[in-house]
Parts: sequence; C-alpha cells; structure tokens
Amino acid sequence: MYSLLILVPFFIVLVLNLPFKVMTRKVAFWACALFSALQVSAVLALQGVFWGNHSEIFAGFLRFNFWIDNLTSIMLICGGLVVFIVALVEKYLSRDEEQTFRFLNVLLLVLAGMNGTVLVRDLFSLYVYLEIAAVSSFILIGLNKEKDACEAAFKYIILSVVATVLMLSAIAIFLMIAGDTSFAGVSQALSASPDKLLIAMAVGIFLCAAFIKSGVMPFHGWLPDAYSASPAPVSVLLAGIVTKTVGVYLLIRLVYTVVGFSPAIVQILLWVGTVSVVLGALAALDQKDLKRMLAYSSISQIGYIVLGLATGTALGLAGALFHIFNHTIFKSLLFVNSAAVESATGTRQLDKLSGLAQKMPLTGTTSVLASLSCAGIPPLSGFWSKLIIIVALWKAGLFGCAFVAAFASVLTLAYFLTMQRMAFFGKLRSDLEQVKEVGFGLALPMIILALVTVAAGLCFPWILHRFTLPLGMMAGG
Amino acid sequence: MDLNLALLLALLAAALWTVMTRSLLRSAIFLALTSIILTVLMFRLNSPLAAVFELSVCAGLISVLFVSTISLAEPQSQKDVIQHMKERMARFWFLPVLLIVLAVVLCLKTVRPAVHLPTPENAQDVRIVLWQLRPVDILGQIIILLTGAFGVVIFFKEKVKK
Amino acid sequence: MNMDVMQLFWITGLFVLLLGVVGAYCVLMTRNLVRALIGLEILVKAVTLLLVVAGYVSGHEALAQSLVITLIVIEVVVMTVAVGVVFGIRGNTGSLDTRHIRNLKG
Repeated sequence: MYSLLILVPFFIVLVLNLPFKVMTRKVAFWACALFSALQVSAVLALQGVFWGNHSEIFAGFLRFNFWIDNLTSIMLICGGLVVFIVALVEKYLSRDEEQTFRFLNVLLLVLAGMNGTVLVRDLFSLYVYLEIAAVSSFILIGLNKEKDACEAAFKYIILSVVATVLMLSAIAIFLMIAGDTSFAGVSQALSASPDKLLIAMAVGIFLCAAFIKSGVMPFHGWLPDAYSASPAPVSVLLAGIVTKTVGVYLLIRLVYTVVGFSPAIVQILLWVGTVSVVLGALAALDQKDLKRMLAYSSISQIGYIVLGLATGTALGLAGALFHIFNHTIFKSLLFVNSAAVESATGTRQLDKLSGLAQKMPLTGTTSVLASLSCAGIPPLSGFWSKLIIIVALWKAGLFGCAFVAAFASVLTLAYFLTMQRMAFFGKLRSDLEQVKEVGFGLALPMIILALVTVAAGLCFPWILHRFTLPLGMMAGG
Repeated sequence: MDLNLALLLALLAAALWTVMTRSLLRSAIFLALTSIILTVLMFRLNSPLAAVFELSVCAGLISVLFVSTISLAEPQSQKDVIQHMKERMARFWFLPVLLIVLAVVLCLKTVRPAVHLPTPENAQDVRIVLWQLRPVDILGQIIILLTGAFGVVIFFKEKVKK
Repeated sequence: MNMDVMQLFWITGLFVLLLGVVGAYCVLMTRNLVRALIGLEILVKAVTLLLVVAGYVSGHEALAQSLVITLIVIEVVVMTVAVGVVFGIRGNTGSLDTRHIRNLKG
C-alpha cells in the first residue's frame, strides 16, 4: 500500500505528459492538489489500522520493503500539506501556463522522492530517494532561469553533491563492516563489531553529511542564498519540507535508529544545536531582506530540533518531532506571506515596506500569528513544542542548553517583532498606496496554515496524549 | 598487488592532470582517461558489471556532455586564462608532487590495523541482487531518469523570446 | 580476512582520500564553473572506488556493484541538471566565470 505513495505521483507525471495538450494542462493542478490532500488525509485517518508494518508484494515479482512508523507518518503529513500549499501558491502567482505545468510535474516528483525517503528502511535506498528529491528541487529553483536563482541553485548543487559524497563514503564503510545496508543490519553489526575507530570515523562523516544537508551551522552557507533567491513557491517548498526531509530526517534516522546515542554524538549534537540556535537568531536580527531573515530563522529553529534530538530521551524526541510539524506550518505560512507581500508590492526589502497591515489585513494577521507561534508565545503551537524541548533539556541535566534555548526564544521574538513593525505596522508609505490584498488563491493557503497553527496550540492537551507522547516511543525500524 | 598500486598512482596522476591542465577541453579528456583507469581497477577488484557501467556512462556520456558544454560556451579570453593557470601552477607546484610522494611513502610505511569482517556469503550474481533484493533502487532509478528528462527539457531549450 | 586484503583496503582508502582532496581543491580553487563540475565528478569517482573496494574486501561484491550501478545512474542525472544550471547562468551573465556569481552574500 505504501508504494502507492511513490508510484501514484510517478504515474500521474507520466499520464500528464501524454500528448493531449489542452486537457493535461487543465488537469495538472487538480491532480497535484488532490493527491497531496489525499496523502494527508490517508495518513491521518488510517493510522496503524490500514498501514501496519510489513514488506509488500507489488505486481507479483517486485518486492518493495516500505515500512511506516510514527516519524514517517509525521513527515508524510507535512510533505503532503506543504506540496498542497505550494501548488496553490504557484497556480496563483504564475503568469505562464506552460511554466506552471512543468512546475507541477516536477513538484509531484519532489513529493515522490520525499515519500520514498521516509518510507524506505535501507541506507542506500534512502540516498536514492534523497537524490530524487534533491535533483527535483534543483530543477525547481532554476525553473525560471533568473540570474540569482541559477546562482543559488549552483551553490546548492555543489554543497549537496559534497554532502552526498560524504554520506556514500560512510555507507561504504558500513557495507564493509556489516555486509548489508539496511537499518536493522547495520544497527546490529555496529553494536556487535569491535572496530570502534573505523565506526567512529564513518559515523562522524555521516553526521557531517547530515549537517550540511540540514543547513545547521557551521555548514549553513547555501541556505540563505537558496531560500531568498529562489522563486516564491519554491522557497515555501524548500523551507517547509525539503530541508527537513533530506537533512533533519536523515539525522534522526541515523542517530535514533541506526547508530544509537553515545556520549560523543550527544556532545556534537548539543554543540551544533546550540550554535545554530543562537547564531541563527543573531544573524536574523540584522537582515534587511525579508526572505533572508526567514532563512536565518529557519537555521535557528532547526537548531532547536537538533537540541531536542540531542537529549536522547523520549520526551526530547517527541518535542523535536512536534517542532518539525510546527515549523513546517508556521515557516510555510511566513514564506507564503512574504510571497504575498512581494507580489503585491514588488519588493522584499524591509526598509522599503511600512504600514502594510492597513492594506493587507489578512496577510498581516496571519503573519502575526505565525511570528508569535515561532517565537513561542502561548497558546499557539510553537510554544508547546519549544516548552517540551526545554523541559526535556532540563530533565536531562543540560541546564546550560536549556537556558540558551530559552534565551534564543527571546531573540526570536525580537527579530520577529522588528519584522512586523517594519513591514506591517506603522504608517503606510506613500508609494504603497495602490497595494491591494492578495486574491483567493493566496488567501486560502494562509488561512489553512493559520488555522492549523492555532488549532494545534489550543487543542494541545488532546494532541499531547494522542500523538506527541506516542511519537517519543517510536516503534523503530 | 603491485599492479593495483601502479593503477592507483596512475589514477591519482590522471586526476591531478585533469585539475591542473590549462584548457577545459583537455580537462574533460583527462577526466575520461581517469574513468578508464578506474574501470581497469574495478575489473581487477572483481566488479566487472560496475566497471562496464562506469566505462560506458562516465567515460562516454559524461565526456560527451562536458565536451558539448565547453564547445557551446563562450571561450574566455585566452590570455587571461593562461595567465591565471600559470600563476596557479607557479604557486602550487609543490602540491601534486607532494601528493604523489606522500602517497608512495604512506603506502610503504603505515601501520594498518586489521578489521574484523563478516563472513562472506556465497557469491551472488549482481543481476539477482539488483532485481530481487533491491527493486526499490530500480524504481528510484526510473523516477530519477524521468526527473532528469524534465531537467533537460526545462534547461536545454533555447528561449524563443529574451 | 588475511592481511593482504586489508592492506589493499587501507592503501586504496588513502588514495580515495587523496582523490577527494584533489576534487575538493578543484571545486574550491577554480574560476570556471565547468571546472567546478569536473571537480565534483572526481569526488564521485573517489566514492565509487571506495564502494568497490569495500565490496571486494568484505566479499560482498555483488551488493557493492549494484550500489555502484545505481550511484552512477543517479550522478549522471545530477551532472546533467548541473550543466543545465550552468547554461542558465551563462544565458544570464554571458560568461562562465565564478567571479560573476558572487552576487549573493553567504
């Protein structure tokens, strides 16, 4: 059943490219939106009952080994949701129908790649589907062939290939030690093997690769450029789900399922997480471009997720996973807002914007909600996930990190308030008189995302028992 | 054993030549040469199928790709390039020499700890492994080839209006 | 495994590392975008060699070969898209100089 999540987008793309030009252009958007919405509802509704953990026979002769556990379900839900939003944004913003058609095709391939990444149970297959998602993202970034976009795409390609090479070297060493590349096989062999030095080297290399792909400090060089220079819907896609799937998911799988926690790994994760959280927030404070500020904010939030993972406890992991979900929601919302601002006013520079809240009330309101959620203000959802992470750090005895995380929350509030004040509040600038609120196409994603973040915050006690705590105790690979 | 070492040294030398050579065209040709040496090495390491793939794809397809890119692109001012290369060669002449000397020395002298390896299974055919044990990878390859096709269509079409 | 095979592994591992250094040097120190791609190719060849040797040494050549085949297919697609992006840059700036793509600050 799970292979459908990969095969159906693939077949949709094939069908869309049959030579029925007029019909396929019309159908493309609906096919894409429908499939992603279906993905979200299927995973939500059929938890555990329909999906079970098993390998399955497809077409009688090909045996695909896809499993699903709680981490996978969260990533599938986030993926489906963001792709739905991105399809809506692209349909609204684009003027060229041919380009939209190509965009939607490649978007479906990104979704197929991401679904594959989270469904497989083998390190090398993980690499294969990771590359599918990555290559499709490269294509999407450079889709309209603008100067800045191509430049950002090139830098991203170089760093992505370097990270891939590192990851494969680690997989080669695991192959030698374990004779197998599946999660279970490698995990068993690593605990049983006496060659500690070689294993330590391989794990270190793999961690570097995961850090480069996640965009945490000090490997974050490509992230601000890629997020700010790519076209608006692509930024939503990258920030909302792609970086998290190819980077953070890789990290969590490696540390939690394959290698296990050791003191050295915990130390490395703590350092990387703390540095990202603080430096990301500090860097976001003095950005003048809206999207770059959001990019540095993403680096900071991913630092929080790494800190949650570093605690090694079930509570910390639950906090990290819930924060992944929340970050998807509010960061996508913020990027959709920036797309709205850019399409309405033509600029992203904060010092050229002022007083937009009067002309664009919906954008302003949702932006405030997303910013407060990101900064961790109750009762919005971001508050709960940050609280869980800080409590987990405290309980694990890492008091310094807990203080740093709480302090960085204050910094987050600071830069978001700055952004709000500069862009939305205050007096309306004279050259922004003709600015109009965005149409339904962009309003719908904003409303959906804002509702989710408010609902997740308000219904938190229910969510806590139903979803979050079970997340912490994953079934494992 | 000695032949393997010689092949490895030749591989490193070819790669160095690829990096340090002046013209881009020669660089691409030396990349193909590096592929060929790698292919021979892989044959010696009991991996014939992978070697054939490497030869046909890397020494063939990628070289065609690079040579066509280089010939289609605007040539930089030749003097500028040669000047830059000469400067770099003058500053970094020790680097290739150092690398090769280091390689030979370390080969002969280092302590190599033994690694405990799992007992190998009966030799299986690559085709069986690929098709029956790893069909997920095959599906992945098909999907990425489709993605590549899209990439080619999107990037390699000349813009009609500019 | 006997000492001879492990010796081969460590020697080859050393060469893989040196190849990696050569590739990284090429990517960092070049002024031409296509040469940066050639450097990436060299890095990928180093990893291919490492995979093959790991397979040979541990006796699992069949598995290593299937991994290498998949890897080669994927890297061809990545290189093709990278060349496409380079064409895009050339279309916009008219040259393949890396100095022209320092527009975005890190």
